[in-house]
Amino acid sequence: MRQIDIKTRNVIAIDGLSIGFRSRSGAMVPVLRNISLSVREGESIGLVGESGSGKSTLALAMMGYLKTGLMVMEGSASFDDIEMFTQTRGSLETIRGGRLALIPQNSGQSLTPTLRIGAQIAEALRLHSSLPKEAHDARVTELLSQVRLPDPVSISRRYPHELSGGQQQRVAIAMALAGEPEALLLDEPTTGLDVTTQAHILELLRDLARDTGMAMVYVSHDLGAIARVCDRVIVMYAGEVVLEGSAHKVLREPGHPYARGLLASIPKLKDTHLPRALDGRPPAPGYAGTGCSFVDRCTIASDQCRDVHPDLIQGTDPGSAKSRCHHVNQVDRIPLVGQRAVRQRDLPAATSLELDDLAISYARVTFLDKLARRESQATATVDGITITLRKGETLGLVGESGSGKSTILKSVAGLLPPVRGTVGAADESALPPRVEDRNASQLRQIQMIFQNPDESLNPRQTVAQILAQPLKLYFGLSGQELNARSTQLLEQVRLGGHYLDRLPSQLSGGEKQRVAVARAFAAQPDLVLCDEITSALDVSVQAAVLELLDDLRRENNTSYVFVSHDLAVVRVLSDRVAVLYQGRLCEIGRTKDVYGDPSHPYTKVLLGAVLEPDPDFAPTLVTNDAVELSPPRTGCPFQRRCPKRTGDICDSVAPPRRDFADGHTIWCHLENL
Amino acid sequence: MAETTSLVRPGPIARFGTVISDIMARPSGAIGLTLVFGHLMLALFGPFIVPYDYTEMDANFMLSKPSAAHWLGADHLGRDTLSRTLLGGREAILVTGIATPLAVIWGGLVGIFFGLVSGRLDEILMRVVDAFLSLPWILKMLVLIVTFGSGTEVLIPTLAFFYGIPVIRIARAATHDVVARDFVQAARARGHSRATIIQRELLPNVRDALLVEGAMRWSWMLLAFSSLSFLGFGVSPPTPDWGLMIADARGFMSFSPMGVLAPMVCLSSLIIGINLTADALAKALGIDRAQKAPV
Amino acid sequence: MLLRRLGLGAITVWLVSVIIFAGVEMLPGDACTAFLEREAKGKLLENCREDLGLNRSALTRYVDWAGSALQGDLGVSANGQKQISEMVGYRLRNTLLLAFGAMVVGIPLALFLGVVAALWRDRPVDIFVSTSAIFAMTIPEFVSATLLILVFSVWLGWVPGIVLTSANAPLVEFFPEVMLPIGVLTLVMTAHILRTVRSSVIETLASDYAQMATLKGVPYWQIVFRHILPNALLPTINVVALTIAWLLGGVVVIETVFNYPGLGRMMIDSISDRDLPVTQAIALIIASVYVIVNLAADIMTMLANPRLRTVHLRQG
Repeated sequence: MRQIDIKTRNVIAIDGLSIGFRSRSGAMVPVLRNISLSVREGESIGLVGESGSGKSTLALAMMGYLKTGLMVMEGSASFDDIEMFTQTRGSLETIRGGRLALIPQNSGQSLTPTLRIGAQIAEALRLHSSLPKEAHDARVTELLSQVRLPDPVSISRRYPHELSGGQQQRVAIAMALAGEPEALLLDEPTTGLDVTTQAHILELLRDLARDTGMAMVYVSHDLGAIARVCDRVIVMYAGEVVLEGSAHKVLREPGHPYARGLLASIPKLKDTHLPRALDGRPPAPGYAGTGCSFVDRCTIASDQCRDVHPDLIQGTDPGSAKSRCHHVNQVDRIPLVGQRAVRQRDLPAATSLELDDLAISYARVTFLDKLARRESQATATVDGITITLRKGETLGLVGESGSGKSTILKSVAGLLPPVRGTVGAADESALPPRVEDRNASQLRQIQMIFQNPDESLNPRQTVAQILAQPLKLYFGLSGQELNARSTQLLEQVRLGGHYLDRLPSQLSGGEKQRVAVARAFAAQPDLVLCDEITSALDVSVQAAVLELLDDLRRENNTSYVFVSHDLAVVRVLSDRVAVLYQGRLCEIGRTKDVYGDPSHPYTKVLLGAVLEPDPDFAPTLVTNDAVELSPPRTGCPFQRRCPKRTGDICDSVAPPRRDFADGHTIWCHLENL
Repeated sequence: MAETTSLVRPGPIARFGTVISDIMARPSGAIGLTLVFGHLMLALFGPFIVPYDYTEMDANFMLSKPSAAHWLGADHLGRDTLSRTLLGGREAILVTGIATPLAVIWGGLVGIFFGLVSGRLDEILMRVVDAFLSLPWILKMLVLIVTFGSGTEVLIPTLAFFYGIPVIRIARAATHDVVARDFVQAARARGHSRATIIQRELLPNVRDALLVEGAMRWSWMLLAFSSLSFLGFGVSPPTPDWGLMIADARGFMSFSPMGVLAPMVCLSSLIIGINLTADALAKALGIDRAQKAPV
Repeated sequence: MLLRRLGLGAITVWLVSVIIFAGVEMLPGDACTAFLEREAKGKLLENCREDLGLNRSALTRYVDWAGSALQGDLGVSANGQKQISEMVGYRLRNTLLLAFGAMVVGIPLALFLGVVAALWRDRPVDIFVSTSAIFAMTIPEFVSATLLILVFSVWLGWVPGIVLTSANAPLVEFFPEVMLPIGVLTLVMTAHILRTVRSSVIETLASDYAQMATLKGVPYWQIVFRHILPNALLPTINVVALTIAWLLGGVVVIETVFNYPGLGRMMIDSISDRDLPVTQAIALIIASVYVIVNLAADIMTMLANPRLRTVHLRQG
């Protein structure tokens, strides 16, 4: 908690605001309903919600901005007592970017591609500060330093596409600071960034808020990020505020069924149980029900909840939160912890998959290169991977972007032949490196599930046709048999037979991913490769997919290779974990060994950067968040960023293998880890 | 549970109906489709409704203005303008109507094939296609027509061949797009044969782009056909054809403008109709079309 | 990068020359049978072939032809009487007059109208401009040409409807006859470019960075000129190139309609006369111009688009 003195003036005030759009039939469909909240000077509040909650619309409304098609149905939004929706364009232009600034979600897309960074920041200075033109360059450099960008002069001369995601985000922050704002709106500023980058940017924001006394409105679905930055938290659901209170109250003991469900569904590093899934999905905008919008998914709902819309009411205890629920006093019955314990299992010794000194490269020599005699000079994207997976085991592969984890999966699946090394199947024979050369039995045994459910299902095929493909290919099923088995598969993934005739466009993200899981299991595989399968899903839906994977593993004794950048998810699901950096193995071992000590320095960095939805939790940041383009040619892959670098040996000599108990191996030069 | 939309997936005939009604729902689409339909009807039933035979010459009415006997007047040989105008599209629609599907099929197949094989062969082919496209269309066609004659049996394959070549590029680009997507990789990983992947995953997704392109090809082919007739390399007299009619009547424009205006209106309305329909079709199918110059 | 493009361009031109040569080879008959027509038999044919060197192998003839062409010598016409390079010179100049005239007027006009139509989308201005563009684009050039002649020459009598100046007259004498032909070309060219500009600007207006600029408090017109136009106009460079290339083909019809002594007319005449050497030569010239224009467009795009000039960093 910050010690700054929070004053009583309202910088931002929303009063009974409802925003909606006109549907084709002419009816008004609300996206935000009757929102009232205020932000005081110097305060940081968090707006939490998932997709469809209306949080982004609310943030933009604070600037008096509505996306095309939306209009104000009633209420107002004020900044410093100025009603934003009644202002002229001219006066809005003075406020926006100046006293009230926005940091957008995807800065890569939000910076103009044809203007240099320095020019874009200078534009903000020109519009919103009284600094004379000659002083602009110096101030730009100052701002870029303030957001902790190394070599600011060089950065200001570059174009947006030349920077990494983290750098772009910092530039966006610098651009917002140029106008010396009294309040900052941040729309999911760290989504899509690496774990370590995210942690650094959040620290930056915390420090800025403390030093400048700006008010901040932080919009996100990530409770960990919110916990780090905000004093007060507002939870939104289906366009309404359902819970509002101090960060401590809301994140430790949420007083609303949805907030509790949300918190329970997020995997945390210290969890001993699988996160608990929240059933169902949020109502579409324009849900016309008369009662509480959460009633279909709530475990403590009563008839009253269906008929009467609850109001936002302050609790009776001092310092308690405002909650929109008829049964606030029964909310404790909803557990915050999952039911399935994560257990260390004893596994048979049979092998499921064996990777032997695998090296993979993406570089392709084109015809013209051959003419010019330019051989591929690049170092292999992935190198030296030797892993053995036992039957029924789940192996987690973790690493940040560029770690090569997806690349390894592609090679195992046969989509990308390695340049060296072999992939071995369960019966110890080597699998042909190209999928086209594998026989039916080999193909059936290894199945893959992809990250983006929108992309992995053919938009022109029905669910029935999608499931029919593996069933026909591997088992030759047809007609009645096919139908029956398809229905059975759908039931296994907790969708019903009535989904057979639907097209992917008619399904939600979570449902599509379940169909993808069903499709993979249709083949009755021994090994399922999961490539970031929960990353593209809403938080509350992720837990359902994880539960599903766990169920299927129990029933079929399937092995998994589970790739993810989310360390908490990997921890609850995996028996063993391998940590990758720039395509090389750093550490491998049983989950609890890898997540505990001794650790590879990179593992420590990764674990230190993980955020918890707990306001009192602070991540440990030990290294910078520089992005590496390619692995170094010799020595340890982590040599450029390692906080424990011992000297030149790290650059020149490949780190030796150090074995600890129970198959725990670390590759590092350090003697005492 | 929240409301989920429709249940059963419509079959192909029902889908055709949906697309048509989508097109009709837009004003541009409605106008376009009506124009096209009207012209098709005219081409089919024209011979039954024309007042005069198109070769019938009447010396008394040479270059006459519109009158009771000849509603649109007559041309320089005394032939009834109205009859000739009504019949003027038949040859054009016949030739282009056959050549267009041929062009799309041959260009589409080749394009898909080369979209799938990447590497040297593909690169070389694209260079050749580019080189070929750099020659003006009229040159290419005229060379063939002058050598082999300008009958229908020459025009159809010639038009189909040359207008299929740009389709190669489009089909190739669409194929590249689709192949990169995860569901194709997933099919590959499952071990489906190439043929199955093409048929099940690729074709249904490429088909819509080709349909829209086909509609546009038709309009450009009509343009080319009428230009050829105008220049004297297409239809041979006395067959009525709008392009040819305009060429003939050009010299007499000052006396009898109707001789040029009537065929101009008909030709333009058909081509515009096709364009509007293609536009509306693209929107109905959800295809994003970049504007290209015709070849 | 640049060298690679130039290399590819050169390869394309070379491929074109091969295609042209091969195409002509594959046609039944040759320059002699075409020229001699019914007389093409026996000793007469043999002599003709020997004179023109047609009895040598195809490869030799190709190398000969291509080699001379590179040096600017395009050979002689079928009747062996005229140097093609001479004939072509004036005609090329005249055609370029038309092309440049259309470009000078058409391109700025198209840019202006396209931007206006996009900024005032769906308002009367846009509806009028877009509809006119569709008309101008889809109606065949000979139709528009004939229509314009009807209106401006026959009915209003403002400009002559036909060109009577001879091929090698000084350029100045072509005015005012050249106005209608340039007018028609401009119409079609403008229509094409305008539509692309319009859709490009509309797309850019909907982009994230345009929204960000608004939220940064940048005034509307500054957004348009600093943020939108530089990005929206990038893809139009390509369309302009394509349209110029189309011009080379479209010019043929226009020259016929107006009886204009340009390269296009010459091409049609040479094809009708079966004068193959001339046809080959003209085809090569036109194709080369096309390739050069495309190359220039590619280079301009590379220079104008920062993303193509520098290396991307991986997102981290």
